[in-house]
Amino acid sequence: MKKSKVFWAYVAIAIIVYAVVQFSMSSGMIGSYYSNMLIIMCVNIILAVSLHLIIGITGQFSIGHAGFMAVGAYISAIVTMKLDLPFIVAIVAAGVVALFAGLLIGIPTLRLRGDYLAIATLGFAEIIRIVIVNIDYVGGAAGMTVSRQTTWTYAFFAMVITIIVIANYTKSRHGRACIAIREDEIAADAMGINTTYYKVVAFAIGAFFAGVAGAIFSHQLFFIQPTSFGFLKSFDILIYVVLGGLGSLSGSVLAAVLLTIVSTYLAEFPETRMIIYSLVLILVMLYRPTGLLGTKEITQFFKFGKKGGKNV
Amino acid sequence: MTNLLLNVEQLGIQFGGLKAVQNVDMQLFEGELIGLIGPNGAGKTTTFNMLTGVYAPTTGSITFQNEKISGLDPYKVTQKGISRTFQNIRLFKELTVLENVEVANHSLATHGIIASILRLPSFFKGEQKMEDESLAFLKIFGLDTYKDEFAKNLPYGMQRRLEIARALAANPRLLLLDEPAAGMNPQETHELMELIAFIRKEFNLTILLIEHDMNLVMGICERIYVLDHGQLIADGTPEEIRSNPKVIEAYLGEEVVE
Repeated sequence: MKKSKVFWAYVAIAIIVYAVVQFSMSSGMIGSYYSNMLIIMCVNIILAVSLHLIIGITGQFSIGHAGFMAVGAYISAIVTMKLDLPFIVAIVAAGVVALFAGLLIGIPTLRLRGDYLAIATLGFAEIIRIVIVNIDYVGGAAGMTVSRQTTWTYAFFAMVITIIVIANYTKSRHGRACIAIREDEIAADAMGINTTYYKVVAFAIGAFFAGVAGAIFSHQLFFIQPTSFGFLKSFDILIYVVLGGLGSLSGSVLAAVLLTIVSTYLAEFPETRMIIYSLVLILVMLYRPTGLLGTKEITQFFKFGKKGGKNV
Repeated sequence: MTNLLLNVEQLGIQFGGLKAVQNVDMQLFEGELIGLIGPNGAGKTTTFNMLTGVYAPTTGSITFQNEKISGLDPYKVTQKGISRTFQNIRLFKELTVLENVEVANHSLATHGIIASILRLPSFFKGEQKMEDESLAFLKIFGLDTYKDEFAKNLPYGMQRRLEIARALAANPRLLLLDEPAAGMNPQETHELMELIAFIRKEFNLTILLIEHDMNLVMGICERIYVLDHGQLIADGTPEEIRSNPKVIEAYLGEEVVE
């Protein structure tokens, strides 16, 4: 009962944040520069949280997340630009197709472990990118023009839904099975957990939301091209998860927020941008080697309920 | 005591040119408490790994409840009713004590992924059932007061007991214990023996036990199998094993036997 009160408190906070930002945007208090930053922030949070499920919870070191984002971005662009269907259909289609891409890639590669899995997923992400480059229907390497349809409402609620789905998944018997795989795969197997199944499920859910993020991203930018989804993008997402603390959902959200702000401000200093960005990363890793929040959730730093709460 | 539960025939495994275990025959009847002993490197844990599906045997077959289980994946073997503990403790360190047991209770509840995400009533019912059941196991092992503690923070003896609790939660017919008393003091070992005897009655279990502590093995096992260099060298009651010259030789060296 106390737990459900906490849940509704979160919902209330989310609605207030949404309403305040929405009001400020429509009244012009937040200009297009900042509203763009806020929407990209939502996209980055979705990416971070979806990769958190794969790396932080299930312990599968996948570094090809931008590949699924690319699938989502291009599928959604095809749906809205070529098929003239509504944006919401495009978001769902992007997620579903990315999910199938995740299954396709996950079923063969998740038999691998550690470094081997990392290399395989990186390779697959590059394959996706190269395939897109060679499809003239979506503009090939030159890219594809997309009309701006993303609004704060779409971005924010996609983010909230992602967080709720992944938090609820994690705090269920299925999430526990995934954590057990992360902690000790042999023991999880010996306790009757179908480890391959749960690795693929985590991968598919992660890919679904990466696809959704891709859809929102592409309809914010006017223009998408395959180079936006290269391995540097994958590493960006990986950095959110590692910097926030492996295994901490709120940590990856926090890291995504901070790094989006840092990189937005640094865009004004293009010469020194990557140097400062790298310094920030090095400093955090030196002083907080387990990431900003370690494996803890941000709520554990306040007095909300007891640690390791069961039901939301 | 009459039904054949586990039948192992001519079991063997080869790693490259090394025959780690060969020609092992074992029959376990329902309700028995059997010991598996042997010097270091005799192949005891390798045998366990084959019984639980971690290794696929190169020769021979394993039949459990009249069903061939050799070659199945470990999680399927567990679902058929064989569960185990590990010699080097393998708890889920970053999960709480309660959650460790709940992982093994996985198939007790049936709520699916969608129900969990949408928090449907079946989710709450299922999770509650798992929690109640897991707490019951923790109570038997005296661990219920530590249920919210991370497994890694438990003292050594309790971690060993938690491993057994977790293995029990997987609802086995046959429980394999790999050196459950390793590193325990005599007092703890004694308590553990009583606990093993208790859960065997309470859950109507068949237990196969690897152990170095001779007092423990001789004290509670009805029959004992002895492995040496990957082969069975003796089997029988504790008295027979105690006086078997081959066993003494394997453990203490030839000179002593003369």
